[in-house]
Amino acid sequence: MAEKNIQPFHETEEQKQQLIEVIDRNKTQPGALLPILHEAQEIYGYLPIEVQQRVADGLGISLSEVYGVATFYSRFSLTPKGKHRVSVCLGTACYVKGADKVLAEVEKKLGIKSGECTDDGLFSIDSCRCVGACGLAPVMMIGEEVYGKLTPAMVDKILDKYIKEEGASK
Amino acid sequence: METVHLKINNTPVEVPKGYTILQAAREANIEIPTLCYLKDINCIGACRVCMVEAKMNGRPMRSLLAACVYPAEEGLEVFTNTPAVRKSRKLTLELLLANHNKKCLSCAKSTTCELQRLAEEYGCDEDHYKSEPARYDIDELSPYIVRDNNKCIQCMRCVAVCKNVQTVSTIGAIGRGFNKRVGSAFDKSLADAPCVGCGQCVVSCPVGALKEKSNEDKVWDAIADPNKKVIFYTAPSIKATIGESFGMPIGTNTEGKMAAAIRRLGEDVTVFNMDFTADLTIIEEANELVQRITTGGTLPMFTSCCPGWVKFVEHYYPEFTPNLSTCKSPQGMFGAVLKGYYAQKNNLDPENIFVVSVIPCTAKKFEVTRPELRSEPDYDDVDVALTTRELARMIKRAGIKFTELQDEDYDAPFNKATGGGAIFGATGGVLEAALRTAAHTLDGDFKKVDFEEVRGPEPIRTVTYEVAGNKITVAVASGLGNARKIIEKIKSGELDCQMVEIMACPGGCINGGGQPIQSDSVLNTVDYKALRSKALYDYDKNAEFRSSHESPVIKMVYDDFFGTAGSERSHKYLHTHYVERGHEYK
Repeated sequence: MAEKNIQPFHETEEQKQQLIEVIDRNKTQPGALLPILHEAQEIYGYLPIEVQQRVADGLGISLSEVYGVATFYSRFSLTPKGKHRVSVCLGTACYVKGADKVLAEVEKKLGIKSGECTDDGLFSIDSCRCVGACGLAPVMMIGEEVYGKLTPAMVDKILDKYIKEEGASK
Repeated sequence: METVHLKINNTPVEVPKGYTILQAAREANIEIPTLCYLKDINCIGACRVCMVEAKMNGRPMRSLLAACVYPAEEGLEVFTNTPAVRKSRKLTLELLLANHNKKCLSCAKSTTCELQRLAEEYGCDEDHYKSEPARYDIDELSPYIVRDNNKCIQCMRCVAVCKNVQTVSTIGAIGRGFNKRVGSAFDKSLADAPCVGCGQCVVSCPVGALKEKSNEDKVWDAIADPNKKVIFYTAPSIKATIGESFGMPIGTNTEGKMAAAIRRLGEDVTVFNMDFTADLTIIEEANELVQRITTGGTLPMFTSCCPGWVKFVEHYYPEFTPNLSTCKSPQGMFGAVLKGYYAQKNNLDPENIFVVSVIPCTAKKFEVTRPELRSEPDYDDVDVALTTRELARMIKRAGIKFTELQDEDYDAPFNKATGGGAIFGATGGVLEAALRTAAHTLDGDFKKVDFEEVRGPEPIRTVTYEVAGNKITVAVASGLGNARKIIEKIKSGELDCQMVEIMACPGGCINGGGQPIQSDSVLNTVDYKALRSKALYDYDKNAEFRSSHESPVIKMVYDDFFGTAGSERSHKYLHTHYVERGHEYK
């Protein structure tokens, strides 16, 4: 499986120090890898190779062991997330109401696939399983905002709002 | 010792407490099939092929038990051959086959594949469940190992040997569920990983998911090319192992048949004895050790014949590269001798000599590509490194009846070598050969030639010898996990020694990643490493010359060409340098 969306890794000195602190705080306890990866993802938004290598070195284990855990849990992401995280629910209720078509429309509009992030770093798409709003199916979330009773035709307008906002702030 | 009593197939068995059902069954000579189990290396109960039925206190247990992990308990009744057991095993095998790229006819492991053998035994229909099409790219970018995950059955034996035995851990399980696969971090090629190329993963693989990167066609092409003079030489351990590829018992010395077979691969194929450059390594390395001791050089000196070990130091302990002997490996030295000395003496253009080394090893396939190994900038000293398995395949393809051949000698002038050169193929052998020569150099009257203390099978041996008033402490280990322990002891100051011999593969080259692959039933029950080593030590015991410095060929090449050990010319042809690689991925 090829790596998707390879973007150069950038970090601030603050992020770096935070990660070092997280590793130091956890490394003596058994099973330290999982909590460290959780916090590392909080710090960076995702787990690129540079971050995983630092975790591996800090714990004295190999990068392949860290990568094995990072790819086992769907909670971890290897690709950066956008400023606006679009999450389309593919849970049972949403799915039977045509969520797959909504997702396809979002992918078409943004020009990326689920799991990817746009080159300008503004949007990323993910699918999720049930946000607890089955009555509004099909549902998607953009950031913390929930959009319900969707049809593919509505996607364009919703996303345009965010795109315009970004254009104005530039 | 506390024991437990159980019954297996109604036969009472008494075994030590802590044994598994599988171990107990083997004590009772009852065979239970396994796929993921590898003695001392991998015991995870994952493949579900070793399932057995059981009763406890007369009551049937609710589900089948995995014999490789379930402890033998007092009062347990085990049944290894019932309809339920056979059905379960067959189902498991058919499910494995559904997710296995069944290109069995052209597979390198065909007829030696464990899955194929069990599928046949259990009468499996390979198409019982609909197969998925092959979905993984084959990783063949590294010069040593090819991984085809479309054939992987995820037994995790390669992962376990890489992590637990070699402590390198460049491969692991990736992803989850149907997308689970084995590979390097970030799904990178092995070529970009800090892999040492030892090939222990290859000899651990029960199926054809891992194999060496084959160079046989290049050799066939060279043999067919009238402008090329093709020269083979065979590493010390090959004589003790290649017979296995032709159905001969483990530990049969087939040196004479091997030389005869290689000579018959084509017209005008020359075959030399690499034990000679093992001797040459000893002369140069013993001299280097004395130099380091007398001039305050970096100590302890590490042996450098094993390219897996050398790459391990470069990746994981780059600060120790100055400890590595600058001597090329015997493989590297022979290439340099042929394209330097031999070409000159016989008026041959080095570029028309095609050098094929036969080695027990996948890491040596990487070694021949190292630019540092070149004596001249324009060409590689060794053109192709072939594993024992590849040579055996070439012999079969040439229609040579190996077992029927009469013994023949190697070609002159590189036909004679010593017992010291021969034992290079087993752990402790390099050090023992070095001690024979070093002791003789320091004390001409020193008579001891058998340094049994440095031989196996303990994983780490440390011995102090007193020769002519000098105390020399040496340490030996095989397997990179043990090598790591030695380096850590040196770092902490706990171990103070002058010389360290490491072979990357457990047991040394006789168990190298390029050797014939034995079936599970042999790997798990026979001490094949000891049998193969014994062939080399028997050879040594009966050798005309025991110590490297006694070899007439050694005398010839120094008189003719190199002058003395450590001379300028020796350095040009026989010595090399190393690269601090670090453990990050490319």
